[in-house]
Amino acid sequence: MSALLSKAAAGSVLSVKALTKTFGGLLAVNAVDLEVPRASIVSVIGPNGAGKTTFFNMITGIYEPDAGSIELDGRDLVGLRPDQVTKAGIARTFQNIRLFASMTAEENILVGRHPRLKAGYVDALLRTRKFREDEESAHEAAGVLLDFVGLKRQAQELSTSLPYGDQRRLEIARALATNPKVILLDEPAAGMNPRETENLKALIRSVRDELGVTVVLIEHDMRLVMTLSEYITVLDYGTKIAEGLPHVVRSDAKVMEAYLGRGAAAGEYGKQQSGTDGVAHV
Amino acid sequence: MTASLLRPKKAGPDAPDRTLWLVAYTLLTGLLLFWGSGRLDPGTKFNSVVLSFVFAAFLGSLLLAYQWRANGAVKVLVGVFVLIFVVPDIGRGNGSFFDLAIQMCIFAALALGLNIVVGQAGLLDLGYVAFFAVGAYLWGIFGSGQFQGIVKSDLPFVPLGVGDWLIPLLLTLAGVAGYLWMKAIDRAHPGSLKPRGGQRAARAFSVLLIVIGVVGILVLVATLINAAITSHYNGQPAALSALASGINPNFFWLFIILAVAVAAIAGVLIGLPVLKLKGDYLAIVTLGLGEVIRVFANNLTKYTSGPQGISGVTTAPVSLLDKLAGALGFPPEQFKLFFLYFLVLLVIGVVITVNVRLSRSNIGRAWVAIREDEIAAQAMGVPLVRTKIMAFATGASFAGVMGVIFAAKQQFISPESFTFFQSISVLTMVILGGMGNIAGVILGAAVVTLLNLSILTALSETLQALPNFNSNLDPAKYNRLIFGAILVLMMLFRPEGLLPSARQKIMMHENDDTDPALDSLNDDGAIGGALGTGAPGMPDVTSPGQATSAENTPIDRTGGRQ
Repeated sequence: MSALLSKAAAGSVLSVKALTKTFGGLLAVNAVDLEVPRASIVSVIGPNGAGKTTFFNMITGIYEPDAGSIELDGRDLVGLRPDQVTKAGIARTFQNIRLFASMTAEENILVGRHPRLKAGYVDALLRTRKFREDEESAHEAAGVLLDFVGLKRQAQELSTSLPYGDQRRLEIARALATNPKVILLDEPAAGMNPRETENLKALIRSVRDELGVTVVLIEHDMRLVMTLSEYITVLDYGTKIAEGLPHVVRSDAKVMEAYLGRGAAAGEYGKQQSGTDGVAHV
Repeated sequence: MTASLLRPKKAGPDAPDRTLWLVAYTLLTGLLLFWGSGRLDPGTKFNSVVLSFVFAAFLGSLLLAYQWRANGAVKVLVGVFVLIFVVPDIGRGNGSFFDLAIQMCIFAALALGLNIVVGQAGLLDLGYVAFFAVGAYLWGIFGSGQFQGIVKSDLPFVPLGVGDWLIPLLLTLAGVAGYLWMKAIDRAHPGSLKPRGGQRAARAFSVLLIVIGVVGILVLVATLINAAITSHYNGQPAALSALASGINPNFFWLFIILAVAVAAIAGVLIGLPVLKLKGDYLAIVTLGLGEVIRVFANNLTKYTSGPQGISGVTTAPVSLLDKLAGALGFPPEQFKLFFLYFLVLLVIGVVITVNVRLSRSNIGRAWVAIREDEIAAQAMGVPLVRTKIMAFATGASFAGVMGVIFAAKQQFISPESFTFFQSISVLTMVILGGMGNIAGVILGAAVVTLLNLSILTALSETLQALPNFNSNLDPAKYNRLIFGAILVLMMLFRPEGLLPSARQKIMMHENDDTDPALDSLNDDGAIGGALGTGAPGMPDVTSPGQATSAENTPIDRTGGRQ
């Protein structure tokens, strides 16, 4: 492989620059930059209300940024609608699970295939060959994805009757069905027990390793973040206060302060925990 | 109806085979119907109320054929026997049943159209009957003497001078120029239009100018066409007098197709501005727009005759069917009903096919997804406005076709037929039958129409014949009260409708018996096994921009703690 090619492949797949959003007088996200290398697992962390979800919502087109740029493989995404962003190659899951309640697990994933189907209204009416091929490929993809997240047996069950951890996994499968380049996971481990979190960790790794999809993660479970991510960005009050490799971020004074408060970060807590988990138990 | 019908369940593969029961039921009720309508023995005739119930029970055999597990060929035979043979034959003796059957089909198609909008896409439309009115007036105006009246009137304003066209043309040009200018700025300085600001406002204003200009031009073009037609006929008295009962009735076929398009366009036009709204707001706005169409019909007197309505609407002549009807002993005044009955059966067949095909496609899934969660649906790549517009236009086109047939059947249309209450009663059919379920919606339409046009009217006729009957107690006057009571009872005891869709049923009774497990820990190894097998056979789900994990990346990938 030529040097040029490998350089292009190794570059950023998602590049966010100076992204800013205000709600009235509140500066929710303030000039945040984020470079996401291709086929990496990157985390965005920060205390509650730090602007992480707002940041995701801007990337996926739900909110329009006041300033800044979002580029996916060099294509500017600002101003696109959420469905156009998904079609361009960014899929997401939601903090509070948003599965389609009255649909089965399989149907949920079939909806995720929507942006990749070519058959239109007339094809559906006339049951053309294009339509039949589309449906077949969508069902095939759904089967593969259900297998991938370990829900093959639950394919025909109502999505909301699945156990909590399975719903989270189904949401990831649904997002993957859109053939994303980048998948944004908004607190995928929220409310999970340690066992489910371990399964999730394996799943996220395989999303990257086996499907080659870049993962961007918002998460509060520090153990998960520290073991999984290759790169971490820390937000506080909408501003980026630190970024870097997990072990660097963990010992960053500003990050400690943001999570624990000024006194605690400088004082006894740091002493007691030093050498062990650091902020992992926060 | 029996208790088992009130709790119908689609029979599973292990249900007992009821072919014999089905045949017995159909034959028995059919026999009762023949006997009761005096066709076996002219001496005996049932009371009209009883006869209405017998007719309803007889139509129930179609429902049983749908619900029960029975031989497929027998089911088809029952359907053909009921719809093709018995109903027309009963109609020959008693025209009101013919009329009733046609009316049921018309309302079933309306309910099926509304079911797409409300039941599948979850957009509460309270002005649905407007599209019905569009179809009805489309054929009503051209298929009756009304058209002659329009072209006979004085020559309208003829916009042939340059001055007439100058203003809208200039507006359009200015708008296009402004839009292109802003586009050029955007291209030269990417991102400059993104923050809310003067340039974006300027772009919006340009679009507004274009819209006003184009609408102005369209109005002028329409006026010009109108003037051309009028002047053409004014020079030819013979052609004008040929229009005494509308244009050539063979155009009826064209207008059926045209009604699909016109109603769909009306659906798009009404839908575009309102579909950004949700829930209650959408309901209020559609209610208002539905009334707007009715008010147009009421006040565009030159075209619609206003509140007096249009009478003498014709139908296409089908001499072949007429001959057939004559040979079968139908009186000539029923030829038209005979033709329309089979036409309506054909149309409803098409409507059901379209409905089924769309709901079992990616479009139908997108509708349900939008109903369940708009934000998630959009995040999965479903374009909201376009998908909602599709639902609106599809529903509208069903109503448009049936509007044409309705006008042809009634021979008379007036704004009275397209009131808000009509929209509500179509909605009632959808809810009563089972929102989202095609068979349920048809059942709802049949039940409501039967109750409204057959049972209640028969009841009031019978009661009025009694001596000393107090006319304040006339049940036909209380049909809305009776509907209200039925709806309240349904919402209390069976909110999912008579024949609910599988989705609705599960949703409404989710907590009745199931107890969702709270964790997935029992599925040990499930994920490990899945991950092991997933990779090789999944060309379809890999990322379009994928880079395999073997490739070099500059970042540290050790992951865990160091």
